[in-house]
Amino acid sequence: MNWRMTISDLNQIVFANINDKDPWSIDSYISTGGYEAWRSILNNKTNSYNAEIVIEIIKESGLRGRGGAGFPTGLKWSFMPKNNKQKYIVCNSDESEPGTCHDRDILKYNPHALIEGMAIAGYAIGATVGYNYVRGEFMTECYPQIENALNEAYQNGLLGKNISNTGIDFDLYNFIGAGAYICGEETGLLESLEGKQGKPRFKPPFPANYGLYGKPTTVNNTQTLASVPMIIKNGPDWFKSFGTDKSPGTIIFSVSGHINKPGNYELPLGIPFKDLIEHSGGVIDGRQLKAVIPGGSSTKVLPAKTIQDCTMDYESLQEAGSSLGTAAVVVIAEGTCMVNLLKRISRFYFAESCGQCTPCREGTGWLYRILDRITAGNGKESDLKLLVDVANRIEGNTICAFGDASAWPVQSFIQHYYDEFEYMVKHEGKNKAA
Amino acid sequence: MALLSQHLKEEIDQWVQKFPQGKQRSAIIASLHSVQHFNQGFLTTELMNEVADYLDLPRIQVFEVASFYSMFNTQPVGRHEISICTNISCMLRGSDEILDHIQERLNIKAGESTPDGKIFLKKEEECLAACTGAPMLMIDHHYIENLNIKKVNEILDELENDN
Repeated sequence: MNWRMTISDLNQIVFANINDKDPWSIDSYISTGGYEAWRSILNNKTNSYNAEIVIEIIKESGLRGRGGAGFPTGLKWSFMPKNNKQKYIVCNSDESEPGTCHDRDILKYNPHALIEGMAIAGYAIGATVGYNYVRGEFMTECYPQIENALNEAYQNGLLGKNISNTGIDFDLYNFIGAGAYICGEETGLLESLEGKQGKPRFKPPFPANYGLYGKPTTVNNTQTLASVPMIIKNGPDWFKSFGTDKSPGTIIFSVSGHINKPGNYELPLGIPFKDLIEHSGGVIDGRQLKAVIPGGSSTKVLPAKTIQDCTMDYESLQEAGSSLGTAAVVVIAEGTCMVNLLKRISRFYFAESCGQCTPCREGTGWLYRILDRITAGNGKESDLKLLVDVANRIEGNTICAFGDASAWPVQSFIQHYYDEFEYMVKHEGKNKAA
Repeated sequence: MALLSQHLKEEIDQWVQKFPQGKQRSAIIASLHSVQHFNQGFLTTELMNEVADYLDLPRIQVFEVASFYSMFNTQPVGRHEISICTNISCMLRGSDEILDHIQERLNIKAGESTPDGKIFLKKEEECLAACTGAPMLMIDHHYIENLNIKKVNEILDELENDN
């Protein structure tokens, strides 16, 4: 690890143009090299940029999915069948992992990077049609922004049929959801895009074989796709000059909670946790750090003593017993009651379970109700064992990862803060932390 | 088709065109957004029936979408919708006090509307993806961030004065 922070590390890729005037406009985007990657592909489709080469560049860059799972993007693209049948590229802009709000800023401030990334991805996997699934709550703020950008791209001859007489077709459409966390799961999203309830599909078959309308489909996250144009334009080695060997590139950290300067900061992967906190102005009101949820509410909580020596990349956080997830860093200061915080998290999973798998549908309700009775002063000592027992019975026993995501916070909060739970049970709901 | 205006039908048609032939089911969500907006914030059985009939789909397919997604209200609600986020990032920044204040001032609980039909305080469980601006709320889908009690009072004054 040879990382050291300088100001030039901030906002290098996805947010590179964020401080420009009207960065969302096509003129601004083009003036800083936007659509150069897409034009190079259009002009050199037969030799230097055939679809296989584009996939190889993305593979070589080491770009990993920014939606939470961190799956290698180029590898995902390579799973698509090589034939001339109908295929789709779908963008997951259903941003809703608690703590995460950077895709919203991409849609608002840099929509053309996403559009260009989707066009390139569509070309690479052989999809002539793309859909960008925008979460319903973004209808007034982000949706008009990305829809305007899409119209601009069409008006500039960058999308459509037989683009610039190259024989390449790519049509892109924005879609709007209607409020359901589960639609962030890629197969739930595809169901929703088909106009159904967003209930995840059993896998296999994976979307690369059976996706939207039963056709081969790749689903990528907004930030992942918005990273693609700069990788094509500047090359995989440039991308790898940021970050670590195994976690190359930059990622946007959404730093929230008990922090002096909450914000979305695009920084190289592998930045030491301490530097990230320092960059974000330190823990609020000079308080001591108690814990951090490092990658959205679905990732396991880490006590201060564990995370303070971590670097913020996929490998380091996994070794520490959690995950980088969506890089939504929720900072928790001393004095915070972890029982109440877990109860809030569990309420969310209970409310958002789609209900198709029994362990999740019933189990998330059990988790919330047990936590509710503990905070109400009616907890029993056996409840702590019961909570972990219920969580363990959900984990690994559901169609999608939502079940695991509901179990991990419970397991990790009780593991690290057992004394607070025990104290509350023994003292009729009184909280130890306060 | 007595309830769906020509304007609504055109909006629905535009959405249908985004999808392949025969995949008009994909237009249900957007159609319901349009219809709900037209109907001042909630859906009725009659409206949902008309959407289904207009899209040439079984009515149950529209009902099951309306009942699944949290942005659709299938009961009458107040004209202006307040959604306050109380998920973790907002909770850590004092969203519970904001929610308590709004409930007290409007004299309703989350999930209820004011008796004059002006304001609907949505029961909010989902994170609204504005965590770096916590605490936050949405008024009729407009984000308002970095809230404090004074700011909330100004928002409520404005809503209450709006006829």
